[in-house]
Amino acid sequence: MAINEKLEPINKGNIANKQNLLQKFRRLLAIISILLITPLFLDFSGTWQSIFGWMAKIQFLPALLSLNIIVILCLIILTLLFGRLYCSVICPLGIMQDGFGWLGKKAKKNRYSYSKPLNILRYSFLAIMVVAIIAGINSMVALLAPYSAYGRIVSSLLRPVWIWGNNLLASWAEQHDSYAFYNVEYWQNGYSIMIVAVVTLIILAILAWRNGRTYCNSICPVGTVLGFFSRFSLFRIVIDKSKCVNCNLCSRNCKSSCIDIPNHKVDYSRCVSCFDCLGKCNKGALSFKYVGLKSSGADTDPKKVDGSRRQFLSTAAIVGASAALSAADKTVDGGLAAIEDKKVPKRKTRIAPPGAISLHNLNDHCTACQLCVSACPNGVLRPMTDIENFMQPESSYERGYCRPECTRCSDVCPTGAIRPIDTADKSSIQIGHAVWVKANCIPITDEVECGNCARHCPTGAISMVDYKNGHKIPVVNTERCIGCGACENLCPARPFSAIYVEGHENHRII
Amino acid sequence: MNNNISRRDFLKRLGIGTSVAGLTLAGCKNAEKTVALASDAIEGEMTYRTNPKTGEKVSILGYGCMRWPTKPIEGGKEGEEEIDQEMVNRLVDTALENGVNYFDTSPVYCQGMSERSTGIALSRHPRDSYYIATKLSNFNPATHSREASIAMYENSKKELQTDYIDYMLLHAVGGGGLESLRQRYIDNGVLDFLMKEREEGRIKNLGFSYHGDIEVFDYLLSKQDEYKWDFVQIQLNYLDWKRSKEEEPLNVNAHYLYDELEKRGIPAVIMEPLLGGRLAKVPDNIANRLKQREPEESVASWAFRFAGTHPDILTVLSGMTYMEHLEDNLHTYSPLKPLTEDDLVFLQETADIMKEYPTVPCNDCKYCMPCPYGIDIPANLLHYNKCVNEDNIPTSRQSPNYAQARRAFLVSLDRSVPKLRQASHCIGCNQCVSHCPQEIDIPKELHRIDDYVEKLKQQTI
Repeated sequence: MAINEKLEPINKGNIANKQNLLQKFRRLLAIISILLITPLFLDFSGTWQSIFGWMAKIQFLPALLSLNIIVILCLIILTLLFGRLYCSVICPLGIMQDGFGWLGKKAKKNRYSYSKPLNILRYSFLAIMVVAIIAGINSMVALLAPYSAYGRIVSSLLRPVWIWGNNLLASWAEQHDSYAFYNVEYWQNGYSIMIVAVVTLIILAILAWRNGRTYCNSICPVGTVLGFFSRFSLFRIVIDKSKCVNCNLCSRNCKSSCIDIPNHKVDYSRCVSCFDCLGKCNKGALSFKYVGLKSSGADTDPKKVDGSRRQFLSTAAIVGASAALSAADKTVDGGLAAIEDKKVPKRKTRIAPPGAISLHNLNDHCTACQLCVSACPNGVLRPMTDIENFMQPESSYERGYCRPECTRCSDVCPTGAIRPIDTADKSSIQIGHAVWVKANCIPITDEVECGNCARHCPTGAISMVDYKNGHKIPVVNTERCIGCGACENLCPARPFSAIYVEGHENHRII
Repeated sequence: MNNNISRRDFLKRLGIGTSVAGLTLAGCKNAEKTVALASDAIEGEMTYRTNPKTGEKVSILGYGCMRWPTKPIEGGKEGEEEIDQEMVNRLVDTALENGVNYFDTSPVYCQGMSERSTGIALSRHPRDSYYIATKLSNFNPATHSREASIAMYENSKKELQTDYIDYMLLHAVGGGGLESLRQRYIDNGVLDFLMKEREEGRIKNLGFSYHGDIEVFDYLLSKQDEYKWDFVQIQLNYLDWKRSKEEEPLNVNAHYLYDELEKRGIPAVIMEPLLGGRLAKVPDNIANRLKQREPEESVASWAFRFAGTHPDILTVLSGMTYMEHLEDNLHTYSPLKPLTEDDLVFLQETADIMKEYPTVPCNDCKYCMPCPYGIDIPANLLHYNKCVNEDNIPTSRQSPNYAQARRAFLVSLDRSVPKLRQASHCIGCNQCVSHCPQEIDIPKELHRIDDYVEKLKQQTI
């Protein structure tokens, strides 16, 4: 091969360079794209989300679930024009895999080879996804959705490092009396998510390192769907049989394993339009060009499924799903009265953040990307651990409450699981109602004045009334209560508050 | 903190070094620079005041042992602190070396650890080289009985490693009015016991420290023939000097208290000359005003000179946590340069300007702590004061530096006070109120601060 390269005629070099430009352009777009989308899961100030939140909204599955027809149409048109460019420059999970693949190619050159498509596998996963979406088995949707997988990896693995770095800067800023950086409390809100993320990352890293886009072409349902369209794309990679010397150089550098040199065919359903092959061909036999509405050259023979690999993946998914959750305890200051950590009360109905409309809507649309959980500045949202709603967000008020000035989760949600609301809407959306627990209320147990719940109720739904022991106790006007949890969070009773919020299945406007 | 003494040594050495250099290289620029650097050096002798009864010479700077430096406990939980004894020893050594001979402590200071720590540091020096003041701090109803109170007194002597107390005080009488005074000292015979101890020489001087209800102060002085107070400890500073009852509900009109004592020839010991640092951490324009008049003196020095200028004052207590505080005060009082009439007028004007600032009069004495619901009361109030002084209290969204001030307030709040110990968690149980010697309505102030924080967060201000 090295000899071939040296013998490359000069006039062919121009073609290769020109075509290499496409690859460079694709890489540049991909890097910009991942650099824009990753901070969405990291920036706790909310600034990045307000500027680049649309990066999450143009992802295929979120757009599909939020019935964002314009985005879906644009993505399909993009695919019909240029093939699966989406997988190369928009999908962060794809770009991440290219990163691993790039490293793999550093370790060993020309490491890929053509393979037949694992059709049974990819159509099975697509079928599972379709069934899961229709049947509302969201843990399966969440596990398979590529954007969500990336979100979980960043929010549970990269975010802690990011916050740690920020806190280092914050302590430095504090020493210099600067307010440029402030300390952010890091809260490990779900080990199961972390395990899922680690397993996903390891599997993807290995697959991408060894074989490039195996995941995208045999598991990812988005890849499979876009593959239907990319077969008919107007622009595609074309092999000029007259120039091809069957050296296989292109095929051995194709991360999608889709260039079949013996038959001079490209499987367009798997090609992700990365343009890597163009620059590799010394003969100028490959080009990316307009072919119009010609039929697909894909080899669509069903082939035996790699059973062991699938088994490995599904086992990993089960391990991830059944991982136990445990919360870290916080220590207290010595010179001050100890403060016991609050515990989560048993709620009959869980609480969904305002904008979710209903538990049903949240369940139907959420792909568990963790963007809202990462964005919540008050420690309210956390991923659920039960199988049915695995990794979808729920609200709870042990660490903070749903503050009236904050609409971050509704601003960032790309799937329509949490619809956009403003602060005025928020003040009138009833997501639950407060319930008083007599046994914990300190005017009764400690015989002291309190009223902290009433003092902090943003809607004035709580009043203090006389009680027979001479103190005042809170009463809740549930019609005015919006379920924000200020009362529950600021109640001095610990570990269980004397007032807590019961969620509503359907949110109401009051 | 290890640098403190070496800094001083360094300055001394530098002074010596450069004065030598100055001899050899007369007119050298370096020498001039050093003189400027060492403007806080201790130039002369400590000023002393004479106790009219015993004739003993007491340094005008008294060491308040309520604010000893602390350090994290090794292997302890996060936030757990203990007194840094090594540092206390060095502070005490430096103080004694430079003529300070009055040390004021109490069984309740520093979470109950002050007496022991002070005793350890002082016992390394001859007993006749210093005077010890401590108090009978029987605030807790459990210690109101004669036996418990006497046990507290005996324990003080044990902790301080001495068999006599030079200056013994009834602690913070006035809080809770006459009734509390009777419960703590009169009805249980504790005051009679202390007078007996004085007769027998185990107490050299007997007095009381006063905060709160003026009725108690007047009552105790009216009984001077019976009790024969040797001294009285009062709060005095230029902010409290001319405070009328109409102005604020506080009863620390220091002018009145001082005059009453002077009339009777009772020497006064001064506490809170600096209001727990509030007269050192002043708004910029106040600092500039003071600095303009005395560019080379510290802001704090004005408060100490004000207290010391009054002739009937025995000693002025300062709770010096850091070596820098001690050095600055030693410089101010070695010797004392009394304020002129002009200076006093100037300082009174300064006080009037300061009163315009809506700070909370918290001196960080921590008497209110621990709050049973975990709130760090002084930290909340001091943070608020800091923001007032730094002009980070935006009053409207149209304020020119609104965004900046809002951020500074909220970020520094989280830095100064952990979230769970912030004002939002104050339930208003009022258990702290009776403990505050400054008579601050703590829950009201905390709720006011919380409302303000809430408005800032919601941007409704």
